[in-house]
Amino acid sequence: MIVVENLSVGYGRRRYHKAVVQEVSFRIGSGMSLGLVGQSGSGKTSILHAIAGLNQNWTGTIKVDGETPNKNSNKIFRRKVQLMFQDSSASLHPKHLINTILEEPLKINRIPEVSTRIMHVLNQVGLDSWVLSRYPHQLSGGQRQRVALARALVVKPTTLLLDEPTSGLDMLAQKEVIGLLNKLRETEQLTFLVVSHDIAVINELCEWCVVVQEGQLVDMQRTVNFVMEGPTLSPYTRRLLDASTNYFKKEKCS
Amino acid sequence: MLIIKDLSVRYRTDLGMVNGLKGLSLTCGREKLGVVGVSGSGKSSLGRAIMRLLPDTAAITAKEMSFGGRDLLKCDQKSAASWRGREVAMIFQDPHLALNPIMKIGSQITETYKRHIGHETLAARRYGLKLLEAVHITDPSLMWNSYPRELSGGMAQRAMIALMLACNPQFLIADEPTSALDVLARQAVLEILDELVESRGMGLLLISHDLGVVKNFCDRVVVIKDGKDIETLPASKLDDSLCPYTRSLLAAQPRLLNRVDGAV
Repeated sequence: MIVVENLSVGYGRRRYHKAVVQEVSFRIGSGMSLGLVGQSGSGKTSILHAIAGLNQNWTGTIKVDGETPNKNSNKIFRRKVQLMFQDSSASLHPKHLINTILEEPLKINRIPEVSTRIMHVLNQVGLDSWVLSRYPHQLSGGQRQRVALARALVVKPTTLLLDEPTSGLDMLAQKEVIGLLNKLRETEQLTFLVVSHDIAVINELCEWCVVVQEGQLVDMQRTVNFVMEGPTLSPYTRRLLDASTNYFKKEKCS
Repeated sequence: MLIIKDLSVRYRTDLGMVNGLKGLSLTCGREKLGVVGVSGSGKSSLGRAIMRLLPDTAAITAKEMSFGGRDLLKCDQKSAASWRGREVAMIFQDPHLALNPIMKIGSQITETYKRHIGHETLAARRYGLKLLEAVHITDPSLMWNSYPRELSGGMAQRAMIALMLACNPQFLIADEPTSALDVLARQAVLEILDELVESRGMGLLLISHDLGVVKNFCDRVVVIKDGKDIETLPASKLDDSLCPYTRSLLAAQPRLLNRVDGAV
């Protein structure tokens, strides 16, 4: 269960303060999945980082399973809420073997039976044990994305924050990752908060969707409404939908 | 204009030869040709082979590879520098990686102008500002004095397109020009590309993994798999393709889209 009320996020202090998210509120029930959609620079990732406790420069209310993330958040909180970063080639340590990458969170959290746990998550994300002796740059984009997911899952979180889980992947890899995420959400009963600029991806992953424009919440919809194109969509949502389905418009026959 | 027959590219590595392309053939005239394939299928090798931008470790062989009558296989790096950019130009995937990070946009356009067209700095500026206007930049003189890192992805991509157009090329190779951009920026960049291709009568080779983009934007599509072209067809017929591989790519697209054809 994630509750966010009147959340404002900014960067810099005093004179240099710049607010990038203003007064955003939403909530996600346990086991549900919510999508955050918006253009680049709209503040989607800032919201995610505030919830994960990576950015302390925010005001308002954030509660994840009743707890507020802050600097002193204990390990248990951090273990429960895991973030999968946007660019897996940048977020995985380039000089650590995959084995080291997956081992580290387990050691920090003093979880016993490291190797069985690692094999279990590898199995869950559909990778073989040979990847353990590889470096991130030796894997393909889709495989790296799975490793990033395994890294998040290895400590048994209840909530997963996914930052553009499929950007940078080709269409076959994207389909696999989406299928995998949906399956894991069901079997592990995870709560998802997914950030993407592509409404089609959100539509596949989430039941509800929040549209953010320049740091403000402009629309909140069930994703079913996108397909039906219910009359309640805001104009900005329509523009995004249009751009994501028609790609490119050419005035034909005119 | 562009004729490629049986193009193979092999890379020498520590583990022996690795195949990038294995006998790919295509032709492209003054049209918008889309090249689709998954990662690792050799799409980018193709673009770079045409531009002769591959590293020394790559061995290129082909029955024929020519552009406008010039045999591209016989060009050495020196002669390639004379037509590269002037006749064929290439737009890269990530503008922030492709543009020079420590040069202002203006200086980069001026550099290209002086290399290929003329020597006057003032004329280069006048010419460059017009180019930036052509790619729908609202404040060209502000962008002229900006560094690439100060621009958003969509803006930087437009700056790169302007830079590539500086020498008025007849042919443009766009290697995943929109995959680093969000959906609205993607729409804007595609519209600009289309406008330029129509108004200047250029040929365009659009390399992409996004079937939706290619289907809506291009005239013809080449599907490649493991370095070989397996199907060439008009973009409008893409949905009716019978080739099993193309079908599997089509099926992999995220679905929004029960409404697409009916409702709009």
